[in-house]
Amino acid sequence: MHKRVTFDNKLLPYLLVSPQILVTLVFFFIPAGEAVVYSVFSQDAFGIEINFVGLDNFLFLLNDPHYLRSFGITVFYSVAVAVSALIPALILAVLADGVAKGATVYKTLLIWPYAVAPAVAGVLWVFMFNPAVGIVAQWLRAAGIDWNYKLDGDQAMALVIFAAAWKQISYNFLFFLAGLQAIPKSLIEAAAIDGAGPMRRFFTIILPLLSPTTFFLAVVNMVYAFFDTFGVIHAVTLGGPAGATNILVYKVFNDGFIGLDLGSSSAQSVILLLIVVVLTVVQFRYVERKVQY
Amino acid sequence: MAAVAFSAVRKSYGNNPVIHGVDMQIADGEFIVIVGPSGCGKSTLLRMVAGLEAISAGTIAIGERVVNNLEPKDRDIAMVFQNYALYPHMSVFENMAYGLKIRGFSKSDIEARVKRAADILQLDPYLARRPRELSGGQRQRVAMGRAIVRQPAVFLFDEPLSNLDAKLRVQMRIEIKRLHRELGVTSIYVTHDQIEAMTLADRLVVMNGGRAEQIGPPKEVYERPATTFVATFIGSPAMNLIPARVQAPDLFELAGGLSVRLPAPRGAAAGTDLTFGIRPEHVALADDGAPLTVELAEELGADTIVYGRLDGGQELVVRVPGYLELNIGDRVGIQIDTSKVHLFDKASGQRL
Repeated sequence: MHKRVTFDNKLLPYLLVSPQILVTLVFFFIPAGEAVVYSVFSQDAFGIEINFVGLDNFLFLLNDPHYLRSFGITVFYSVAVAVSALIPALILAVLADGVAKGATVYKTLLIWPYAVAPAVAGVLWVFMFNPAVGIVAQWLRAAGIDWNYKLDGDQAMALVIFAAAWKQISYNFLFFLAGLQAIPKSLIEAAAIDGAGPMRRFFTIILPLLSPTTFFLAVVNMVYAFFDTFGVIHAVTLGGPAGATNILVYKVFNDGFIGLDLGSSSAQSVILLLIVVVLTVVQFRYVERKVQY
Repeated sequence: MAAVAFSAVRKSYGNNPVIHGVDMQIADGEFIVIVGPSGCGKSTLLRMVAGLEAISAGTIAIGERVVNNLEPKDRDIAMVFQNYALYPHMSVFENMAYGLKIRGFSKSDIEARVKRAADILQLDPYLARRPRELSGGQRQRVAMGRAIVRQPAVFLFDEPLSNLDAKLRVQMRIEIKRLHRELGVTSIYVTHDQIEAMTLADRLVVMNGGRAEQIGPPKEVYERPATTFVATFIGSPAMNLIPARVQAPDLFELAGGLSVRLPAPRGAAAGTDLTFGIRPEHVALADDGAPLTVELAEELGADTIVYGRLDGGQELVVRVPGYLELNIGDRVGIQIDTSKVHLFDKASGQRL
């Protein structure tokens, strides 16, 4: 049913995709290949001596309590980011979908946070929540909360979750809004005539019909939290305090570029790579088959 | 079941009026078809009954209750949508049971009602299927099933057959007619298809530009169209409308010079201009009739439709029974059945 574009020229298609391939090669395949290579070597901090160690780097990681803790933190963090980015986005999308006048203005404003770079978003939140000068920190203290995320790991975690989720809300909002607008109006009207009030319509008709969108976004948000929030962490907590926000990606950076343990860092990135592969496969499988009505 | 009463019902979007005051009484159990071209306000009127559009002025009453300010769910109506509006994530059974569940019917009652509706609509084998696994006709039936399980006071149909192919449309039309006979529920049915309108309606409402131009039984609307709009909208091919002038109390001259001997309507003095209407089926071919040059002949099998031009240049459509082979440029004689002539005011288009 889809029209396929066909080329008579044998060479042209390759020429057309070559820039993309080149970029992927230089920025993904070569570094990823190097990481795989490094992950089976042990190297001293000055790069003078390199020893082949097989899977020792991986075995060491799997028995390292710091790594396992970071793993646990990452899972909690990414689920928390996904949930806190999905629910407000859905609420905003439902509200924006109901707006008749000035809808474009709302939409534009709601999309803006997505254009903010992660590091900048992190800095914004740092300014607001800085225990010494942040305005929100002052309010919190006035409300009797002992706010100091630089000392309290739970507070630090909450802050990076908020900062990371805030940025992603815009993205989710766009998808939810598109999903909502794809639901035929007459379905909602039919449900209204059938006797369902607004809440009931939302939970029995709209939400199930949005489930493919929701699932897709859940996976995208997890991947985002896993990999793309490095900037937020780096700007806000530097992985601290005491490793409380040291998610896997940040640990890769920390161990490799600060600790100069290239072998372990590479092994960690290979593990991350595998996680992405699994998540992507799951997503494609489901999006194409399962979550359809 | 209930009667429905419209009084001076108006609708406007901002300053843009779309319904200009509709008055109509629908009797209990009556099948009313609202027909008109797109944009005439027929769907809007129906949606105002359903409660999906606010009523700008006037009142709509279902039974004894004025429903202007009632929510759709409190109006005791059910509606069949053009795109069926089936819930895609629910089975056929769940689709039909949804409204009953919300209204707190008991489980056994729900099952009994759905079962009965499924029997009536021959949906039994499909109860466990999802809508996307059904054909267009089956989906249509599920949509009707969802309407009848609740046993509402009024059924509303919004062009329910326009997404079906021609053959299914005829089948479903007959089925809707049968259902109405069995259930006897007051029905309001919106369509742009005049065959559906003519065959289904107890009474027809012909709408144009937000006004009800004529309300009456199909036969009356066909035989005594109230305006030139109704005259051309109902009937296919459309009625011939020819500018004419009263020459003498019993003589008309049509554009193109054809004279017809016919008593003039009251008050129409010699020299009055009016519109002369004759349906294609009320013009016959006759060897000694006025000459008509054939421009196109459509042979439909049962009938032949002849499109031609009178000598004065006036176009005329003639419907001849049977199969008639004519060539472009052929000249035939025509005879107008003067007992079937419709006369309309030239300016207002009202029937005289």
